Amino acid sequence: MSAATRPSKLFKNLNAKIASIPMILTALCVFVGGTTWTVVYSFTDSKLLPRLRFVGIEQYERLWASQRWIVSIENLAIYGILSLVFSLVIGFLLAALLDQKIRFEDTFRTIFLYPFALSFIVTGLVWQWILNPQFGVQGIVRGLGWESFSFDPLYNADIVIYGIMIAGLWQGTGLVMCLMLAGLRGIDEDIWKAARVDGIPMWKTYLFIVIPMMRPVFITTLVIIASGIVKLYDLVVAQTGGGPGNASEVPAKYVYEFMFRAQNLGQGFAASTMMLLTVAIIVVPWAYLEFGRRR
Amino acid sequence: MRFGFYRAALAASVAFCVSAPASATDLEVTHWWTSGGEAAAVAEFAKAFDATGNKWVDGAIAGSGDTARPIMISRITGGDPMGATQFNHGRQAEELVQEGLMRDLTDLATKEEWAKLINPPTLLQNCTLDGKIYCVPVNIHSWQWIWLSNKAFADAGVPVPTNWDEFVAAAPALEKAGKVPLALGKQAWQESGALNVLMAAIVGPETFLKVYKDKDETVAAGADIAKVFKAADDARKMAVNSNVQNWNEATAMVINGQAGGQIMGDWAQGEFQVAGQVAGKDYTCLPGLGLNAVIATGGDAFYFPKVDNADISAAQETLAHVMLSPETQVAFNLKKGSLPVRGDVDLTAANDCMKKGLEILAAGKTMQWTDELISPDTTQQMNDLMAEFFSTPTITPEDAQKRFAEIIAKAD
Repeated sequence: MSAATRPSKLFKNLNAKIASIPMILTALCVFVGGTTWTVVYSFTDSKLLPRLRFVGIEQYERLWASQRWIVSIENLAIYGILSLVFSLVIGFLLAALLDQKIRFEDTFRTIFLYPFALSFIVTGLVWQWILNPQFGVQGIVRGLGWESFSFDPLYNADIVIYGIMIAGLWQGTGLVMCLMLAGLRGIDEDIWKAARVDGIPMWKTYLFIVIPMMRPVFITTLVIIASGIVKLYDLVVAQTGGGPGNASEVPAKYVYEFMFRAQNLGQGFAASTMMLLTVAIIVVPWAYLEFGRRR
Repeated sequence: MRFGFYRAALAASVAFCVSAPASATDLEVTHWWTSGGEAAAVAEFAKAFDATGNKWVDGAIAGSGDTARPIMISRITGGDPMGATQFNHGRQAEELVQEGLMRDLTDLATKEEWAKLINPPTLLQNCTLDGKIYCVPVNIHSWQWIWLSNKAFADAGVPVPTNWDEFVAAAPALEKAGKVPLALGKQAWQESGALNVLMAAIVGPETFLKVYKDKDETVAAGADIAKVFKAADDARKMAVNSNVQNWNEATAMVINGQAGGQIMGDWAQGEFQVAGQVAGKDYTCLPGLGLNAVIATGGDAFYFPKVDNADISAAQETLAHVMLSPETQVAFNLKKGSLPVRGDVDLTAANDCMKKGLEILAAGKTMQWTDELISPDTTQQMNDLMAEFFSTPTITPEDAQKRFAEIIAKAD
């Protein structure tokens, strides 16, 4: 094909472009449109129904003066950072162990991935029972004779968020493990052989050769874990309902409750805008570094 | 908005198809009456409505009004309204009425002379907006009660208290006998309800109204309310070992004698009834915590969303009529443990506690309650504060009062 008759760039892969038009429209209308609408109405005093009566940043002032919102943000930060670190570390370790050509690998893989098939509501309820002081872990250990044993995270305001994190990790690490395992299997056998020939210890091979090569897998995993963290809601509702008191509140729950229970859409919109802003602050510079560099 | 329109169109077309065979109309009624006593009471409505040749389609939503109301509201605003729905009259449905989503019942009300029937008249006022009537009050519920277990006090070897102060004084004896002095479900609405009851009982209706009606923050920060928060602190200490969530689980603790008492509205009475307990013998009730025998005339009401369907509209009118008829009022309220909205019905079957309530009502000692006075938004902020207060022993009553005054200052 000569350079003169080469079709313009716009018509390259025309079929694919036509096929993606519905998705582009959905993304524009629903995501961009919906987001703009929410941000605009967060500057109004909308109560039960959206109304365009602007009140400036009043909703935001109230939001940041609210003790409950502060607690929610702190909880999300603790849960977010710890569950990100732990699910990556545990997931990778499990995958590396499974990758040692062990027997019954399929069985283990199924066991580890199984919790992911449960909804957060089920996970939350199961762990609510396990962590219940009367019937769960504490009750069993005390029944075995260790009378002073105390483990009741869901009933202690200071550590309740860790109780929720345990359930979150139990549910989520299986998926991380599977992704990591897929990444490990994608590493060429020859690299391992070369490393062995050079006499590099296994942990060093993992740390300095394999992990850098698995960068795309790590990024995918990171995005999946992070989106799960931001939308954390149902696990809290099922496990503690936000209690004791307000100790395990999370931002998504604040948004829901102010929009629908308190009939104060403006406040709910302001809170959800803040959530969006937080995500944007983290994602935009990262995406810029990650994707902008390649052009 | 697009989706709202389609859904409305879809709902309308479905309703149109269904409406062809006209005689018996199905009317979906949503409510949050799911505990034993409540379910028994709502069955009386269903029975009476079915007797008119229509069909009551029960739309019970479990998990208290806080869970149910968002579902109801989003169905109405989303264009898929039910035939009728429960709300606490007052301000919960205010905006739905303002937006014209609820049916105007003024004609029916004038025809059946509700103004003459319904007592006290504040009930109908709460259903009225700009001179038009939008809901049917079905019962009078008052929050200001404490329910005491006679068995628990007998086990502890102390006489059954006659007021809140004696109750607080009896708490150590109850604890020694292995009882939880105060049963309190760990849900925010129960905790802020308890605070409001304490307030009405300790400082009286006048100061209560200064706080919630006039939103006077200096009163809210003042010495009177400080006493209330002191009492709430007592309540917090007494309820430390109460590890239940739902109000009826807390009531069950009182019924089987595990707990000394519970601050809860008169709907708790339905539970005692279902358990076969006798007022005065097995349990004792103290209106206004024995300090200030005044009752609030809040309660439940039914609203009828606007629908474009003559059959459903007719059925809505029938239901409104049935709910207010004397027989249904008696049957329903006896099961529910609430007081009837008509002054002219015969309640000889009422038990001790209901009679106390009726006496107070007859003496005109009634007051407005928070559902009528503050918006759901302010209620939510109150709930958040009290949830934190009751579960965090490190928050002092003074801190809590300071934050309470801030909420009142910005309340609407």
